[in-house]
Amino acid sequence: MARIDLVDLAHSYGGNDAPQDSFALKPVTMTWRQGGAYALLGPSGCGKTTLLNVISGIITPSRGKILFDGQDITPLSTQKRNIAQVFQFPVIYDTMTVGQNLAFPLKNRGVPKAEIDKRVAEIGRLLDLEPYLNRKATRLTADAKQKISLGRGLVRSDVAAVLFDEPLTVIDPELKWQLRSKLKALHRELDLTMIYVTHDQTEALTFADTVVVMHDGRVVQSGTPAELFDKPAHTFVGYFIGSPGMNIIPAEVRGREAHIDGHVIALNRAYDKLPAGAKIEIGVRPEFVEVVAPGPGLLTAKIERIDDLGRIRFARTRLGEAKLAARAPAGFTSSDGNAGLKLDPSHIHVYADSLLVEGAA
Amino acid sequence: MSVTLDHVTRTVDGIEHIRDVSLTLQSGTLNVLLGPTLSGKTSIMRLLAGLDKATSGKVLVGGKDVTGVDVRQRSVAMVYQQFINYPSFTVYENIASPLRVQGKPREEIEARVAEAAKLLRLEPFLKRTPLQLSGGQQQRTAMARALVKGADLVLLDEPLANLDYKLREELRAELPRIFEASGAIFVYATTEPTEALLLGGNTVCMWEGQALQIGETPKVYRQPQTLRVAQVFSDPPLNLVGIEKKNGSVQYAGGIAAPASGLYSALADGAYRVGFRAHQLALANGETDRHAFHATVTVTEITGSESFVHLTRDGSNWVAVLHGVHEFEPGQTLDAVLDPNDVFVFDAADRLVAAPSS
Amino acid sequence: MDKTVNQKAWFLVLPVFLVVAFSAVLPLMTVVNYSMQDTFGNNQFFWNGVGWFKELLDPSTDLGGRFLASLGRNLFFSLVILAIEVPLGIVIALSMPRQGWTVAACLVILALPLLIPWNVVGTIWQIFGRPDIGLMGYVLNHIGLDYNYVSNDIDAWVTVIVMDVWHWTSLVALLCYAGLKSIPEAYYQAAQIDGASRWAVFKAIQLPKMNRVLLIAVLLRFMDSFMIYTEPFVVTGGGPGNSTTFVSIELVKIALGQFDLGKAAALSLVYNLIILIVCWIFYTVMTNAGAERKPQEGAA
Repeated sequence: MARIDLVDLAHSYGGNDAPQDSFALKPVTMTWRQGGAYALLGPSGCGKTTLLNVISGIITPSRGKILFDGQDITPLSTQKRNIAQVFQFPVIYDTMTVGQNLAFPLKNRGVPKAEIDKRVAEIGRLLDLEPYLNRKATRLTADAKQKISLGRGLVRSDVAAVLFDEPLTVIDPELKWQLRSKLKALHRELDLTMIYVTHDQTEALTFADTVVVMHDGRVVQSGTPAELFDKPAHTFVGYFIGSPGMNIIPAEVRGREAHIDGHVIALNRAYDKLPAGAKIEIGVRPEFVEVVAPGPGLLTAKIERIDDLGRIRFARTRLGEAKLAARAPAGFTSSDGNAGLKLDPSHIHVYADSLLVEGAA
Repeated sequence: MSVTLDHVTRTVDGIEHIRDVSLTLQSGTLNVLLGPTLSGKTSIMRLLAGLDKATSGKVLVGGKDVTGVDVRQRSVAMVYQQFINYPSFTVYENIASPLRVQGKPREEIEARVAEAAKLLRLEPFLKRTPLQLSGGQQQRTAMARALVKGADLVLLDEPLANLDYKLREELRAELPRIFEASGAIFVYATTEPTEALLLGGNTVCMWEGQALQIGETPKVYRQPQTLRVAQVFSDPPLNLVGIEKKNGSVQYAGGIAAPASGLYSALADGAYRVGFRAHQLALANGETDRHAFHATVTVTEITGSESFVHLTRDGSNWVAVLHGVHEFEPGQTLDAVLDPNDVFVFDAADRLVAAPSS
Repeated sequence: MDKTVNQKAWFLVLPVFLVVAFSAVLPLMTVVNYSMQDTFGNNQFFWNGVGWFKELLDPSTDLGGRFLASLGRNLFFSLVILAIEVPLGIVIALSMPRQGWTVAACLVILALPLLIPWNVVGTIWQIFGRPDIGLMGYVLNHIGLDYNYVSNDIDAWVTVIVMDVWHWTSLVALLCYAGLKSIPEAYYQAAQIDGASRWAVFKAIQLPKMNRVLLIAVLLRFMDSFMIYTEPFVVTGGGPGNSTTFVSIELVKIALGQFDLGKAAALSLVYNLIILIVCWIFYTVMTNAGAERKPQEGAA
């Protein structure tokens, strides 16, 4: 159990002298509190796995320090770091039973047998693996195997953090729900720091209290799921979180007005000091745009398609050159393929060169 | 042209991989095979492609029995979950390869590769090799190769499963447009209900080697004929509760009685199971509707736009979805409210007897 | 997988049938024929029934004595080289680098002995071990060891075994290396995190994952060593005395040295049968081991 501090941490596979633009992980300083559930979220190649490997000690960072409870553990090997990790594909020791698999990390550390049996029984119960403890692990299904990998991490009472590297990749959708809520429940029960790497926003947002969004080796925003959803600090966060992602539309913003395509959209806040020469865009989530019958004062868009997701419908529209997704209320139809767009002004954000601009009240 | 499976069964080593499946696929249609892992999706594709032989039943192409015809003589293209390209060829050569095999003239190859590359937005990458591409671009190359072949039947076996979530979303949005432009028969296997809904077309709901229900995707989603179909086609998983109807009232398992209003009113007396998807369950505080249950929160999962609330009630696990951010404490008791007009009712044999009108 | 049926395929297999018939079946039948007869030269043959086979299995006869003694030597030889080559091959495979240019270098060096023809290997060691001009023989004698494979039984055995180890350990090492390479990196990382010692990693991950290739290695090495002929023949000629006379050498002596075609034919049939049985045992064990690994339905 530990608080984790990353201090000016960076890594380059090309060594420290490589230009910073090429760093797989650009300098980052942040603190993860003990007992928190964190997700590192981003597309392939964004540096999230590099960061995870740096924390687990598989990679030695080319710059900076990692502290566990204030103690510098950067030079320590993986074995000495007291971390547990669950990998993308289940790692199972073929020749052992489920119980022996769970006991393995304890046996390696010379824990007395009575203590091992107690811990294995407890973890077996927590993960619903009790009926299988005496069975060969190779014969189980993927999700049971993944639970064993997880169990090997949890069986030690002294782990500083549990790391997950896209652990649900090989699991069927329905079982994903079960495993995910199991993880959540375990997190509450065991008071462990958990760090979860994924490219799947649903997994990240549902698992974590704090989601760290990474893009191009950089941490672009770190916040609660609600913060990331309501107020993306970077257009990338807006695009990456939410499905469909945030609509980003080039606009001219003057004071409390945004001009798009000859139309004027009212904004809730005043934006008087926008950086000169910057690329100005407004961002609004599809959930806060509604397609209605065209009318005066409304943006008019062309409807390309309506996606019916069962519980919600999204219209895919085209506004000049820009694409825009919007909520289609039940019963909405368009006779001529045109529709008006109603934007909720309290949820429109302004971005300059992709970064959020805070307006004045 | 059409492809038909006529009472096809396939048994391997005494295990039935496919059990008595009959379906007809028409040109220009998109057909989604929806089902969990090992439900027979890949087996169906291999039968359609002619890679495997049916143990009994017939495979008809355009009304003609092709049960014994070699796969090379059939007009089939396939895209797999893994990105399969020729690693040493450029993207252009990869896409052109089936045309070169067919011995097409140079001009035609150039024209058709350009067309496919445009459709799949691969134009900027034609000179690169697959290893210099992202996963999404590699899979688009594999799809372009399948499309350029001009096959009558294009099989896609979970083509997006190995892609990043966001890329999957983007490609998924483009797929219907690509399918429309081609005119071939498309068969698309997936484990994800949302993917089936987004792709539209027809859905074949698979379970343990059987085609449980075949029909237009929204219709299968809204009128699942059996409990199993409703379960396969629900994400989050379908919630269930047992009821007993008697004398104009319903008794829910775990002891709540309510007047048999809504869909319940037309039911004959007897025992049923009621299924409802996450969004069909409302959460309220202190509301006194009689179709309300006391349920205990186990976990809340927040995605920003939605919150998934996991509940337990009388030994069953339920999931409810709410718009926006809602945080509940684990252990907290909530009133979970059902709308008697918005549920699926299944009889003792798990057949649908009532569904919400849509 | 049952594929589409096409009867034309049989015509394509026909030439192979013919070649096999002429190259294997007919000669084998000839051998069977010989094994039932006795000859005194001049192409005169006499019916002997199963007489040779009876003699073969009876240690009190000359033929049986020689056969059983050489069979014993052969089995002992196979056991010894397996006991040396398999562990040694595993150790070499484990200590090989996993990436970088050194991998290619190691592979080439390991492959070298495998590329040398048997009789050349024999000749190399025959000269190498000679006390007068051979580097090894000379050095050993110079430092005071009385080494001479021509006159001393044990020296001859040691030479033949060392030669086989030199020639074939690479094969075991290469097979094991291929098995090791197929283990995903995540396993090693997981083991590190689980605090596994080097020995525990070997026991829990590497050895189980090498299981199948090891079986193949053992099978190949057993078969090869059981049929060994050329190298010991070149180095020791089966001597001193009969101390390194293996079954194949004995067979050649009887067939070509004494021209006892009947005895030789019976011996080669029994020899063949032993090899077939051992092959079958290995094959069964291997396919069973494979079946066990197939994923089966289990916990949800």
